[in-house]
Amino acid sequence: MQEFAIILVSAILINNYVLVQFLGLCPFMGVSTKLESAIGMSAATTFVLTLTAMASWLVDAWVLKPLDLTYLRTIAFILVIAAVVQFTKMFIEKSSPLLYRVLGVFLPLITTNCAVLGVALQNSGRELGFFHSSLYGFGAGAGFSLVLIFFSAMRERLAVADIPQPFQGAAIAMITAGLMSLAFMGFGGLV
Amino acid sequence: MQVPFELVAANPIVAAICAMVGLALLFGALLGFAAERFRVQGDPIVEQIDALLPQTQCGQCGHPGCRPYAESIAAGEAINKCPPGGQATINALAALLDVPAPELDDEHGEESEVKKVAFIREAECIGCTKCIQACPVDAILGSAKLMHTVIAAECTGCDLCVEPCPVDCIDMIPVEGDLKSWHWQLPQRPGLIASDRQPHSGEAA
Repeated sequence: MQEFAIILVSAILINNYVLVQFLGLCPFMGVSTKLESAIGMSAATTFVLTLTAMASWLVDAWVLKPLDLTYLRTIAFILVIAAVVQFTKMFIEKSSPLLYRVLGVFLPLITTNCAVLGVALQNSGRELGFFHSSLYGFGAGAGFSLVLIFFSAMRERLAVADIPQPFQGAAIAMITAGLMSLAFMGFGGLV
Repeated sequence: MQVPFELVAANPIVAAICAMVGLALLFGALLGFAAERFRVQGDPIVEQIDALLPQTQCGQCGHPGCRPYAESIAAGEAINKCPPGGQATINALAALLDVPAPELDDEHGEESEVKKVAFIREAECIGCTKCIQACPVDAILGSAKLMHTVIAAECTGCDLCVEPCPVDCIDMIPVEGDLKSWHWQLPQRPGLIASDRQPHSGEAA
């Protein structure tokens, strides 16, 4: 049980994919202007991350390792991710047309979210078991959601704040992200 | 089964090709199944937009009715072309579609403060049936060379019958409030407060 907690804390806070490892910055800046769409994007990305971690573990352990093809990991995982994202897109289009509309182009762009590929590759490098791998994927998604939702809540306030002309828009968002990243570096020695 | 596996595993190029083709086929089959399973009938967003439009079928937006306009909105048209709905409809559409709410486009008409219905001054009506043809909701009753009149409960107040009338005998009169339609007059908003400020434009993605 303690092991699970350590994996989760490590994935969410210490090795946070966005603010510590700087993966997945594209949706972090792109979908964070509105809290609602940020929540939708977080849910979709977490879903994709967890599913990808599971599927890539299966592919890695059942196909690539027995055939001694581990050098094909990157391209095989990209195949897995593309399929999972496409599946998620169909699922969301059916279950929540509004969310589908709000996410728009960012939904298929989860494919190119490097956090997703990062989780799959790092999992296979760590030699974790199936359950731990999927838990790590879920933790990475939860960490992504956490910072994306925090950041979008801040940006909603920044939109109406009195910001000097040169810092308006993307500039103040970048500075805010940098400060958040500094804060997350503080979790470094936690475990 | 054992022999072909040995053969494949011994030859790395064959193994790589088999593995990738196999994976691609597997995922293709899964996605094909999902596409069939999660098929979307029509565009559900159109229904939701159509429900917010006032259903006056007045055509002031440039479309033959509310549903065609709903379809155009779903395809990306501006949401500020509906004078009968006014700002309230624009705000509701903006909230639904998660876009900023623009002002009403003056080109398509002005929002009236109160609900109006058409009234035909019956003594002057010559029975030309032109207003009947113009009415989008069939709220005008009458026939050729006989007096026409408006069914007030059906009239949506769209003004379309005023223009064709050759003797100008149609008035748009405000609906008198009664106990059922009476509502509180909300107090006027106080001056601008800090959180009312509009977000600066040019927000980069």
